[in-house]
Amino acid sequence: MKIGVITFPGTLDDVDAQRAVRVGGNEAVALWHGDHDLQGVDAVILPGGFSYGDYLRCGAISRFAPIMTEVIEGAQKGLPVLGICNGFQMLVESHLLPGGLLRNDHLKFICRDQKLRIENASTAWTSAFTQDQEIVVPLKNGEGQYVADADTIKRLEGEGRVVARYLDVNPNGSVNDIAGITNEAGNVVGLMPHPEHAVETLTGSGTDGLGFFTSLAEKAFA
Amino acid sequence: MPRVVVDVMPKPEILDPQGKAVLGALPRLGFTGVTEVRQGKRFELEIPEVTDDALAQIEKLAETFLANTVIENFVVRVEEPAK
Repeated sequence: MKIGVITFPGTLDDVDAQRAVRVGGNEAVALWHGDHDLQGVDAVILPGGFSYGDYLRCGAISRFAPIMTEVIEGAQKGLPVLGICNGFQMLVESHLLPGGLLRNDHLKFICRDQKLRIENASTAWTSAFTQDQEIVVPLKNGEGQYVADADTIKRLEGEGRVVARYLDVNPNGSVNDIAGITNEAGNVVGLMPHPEHAVETLTGSGTDGLGFFTSLAEKAFA
Repeated sequence: MPRVVVDVMPKPEILDPQGKAVLGALPRLGFTGVTEVRQGKRFELEIPEVTDDALAQIEKLAETFLANTVIENFVVRVEEPAK
């Protein structure tokens, strides 16, 4: 499958995300924030980084990039979209996912190998995992505290839309230890930790992140 | 030129880690009697003329761009520059 990875000014993890896409057996297509063109890709990844220097709010300026018109329109029609870290921030700023992401409760940037539980293995991006599978992937963020009003949290929990939950430690004060969520249709997933940094044994914490990049193909051929 | 100020504040029910850190530093610096600090943002927009249209547009840009209304509230007010 062709998976597009969008580069914004200040994006850091686009090359790692492209590599993860290839390691996962898919074709990576480099997309540019300033184009109005998704080049016919089957799915899109909004990678991590500090687009626009995190000015205004993280993801707030990127959310209005030209290509986001096509991403938002596509996502509403079922295009699989994965937002990692800064990409997750763009998804909440775009209102494709509910809630918001605040400065970590302890105010420090955090970088650690983080244990997670995949609590929804039926989204477009997580079907390669088994339900409640525990994985370890790198986490690195300064503004990763997921918040939403009580009704939204109740709905997310009730509908099984918490995709990944922090285990052992809550690294940033996120409500209910939420590390990632999905939309109602399950095609849009936002995740604060970085599975793209855990796809090869040579680097990173292991290969636990690979499932995020093989799920699409598994789903297509299932 | 008239100045329009947009104040953006974290919603009351949202934790404000930065405000809390500032509050925590006050006693260490010898300042007492402050019971709460919340940190927000102030935007100053210069416009050629204050009109209903201009204010409506600023209201809209504040709502869609300057503030994220999921986590923040905002107030728009006109401030005449000091002569």
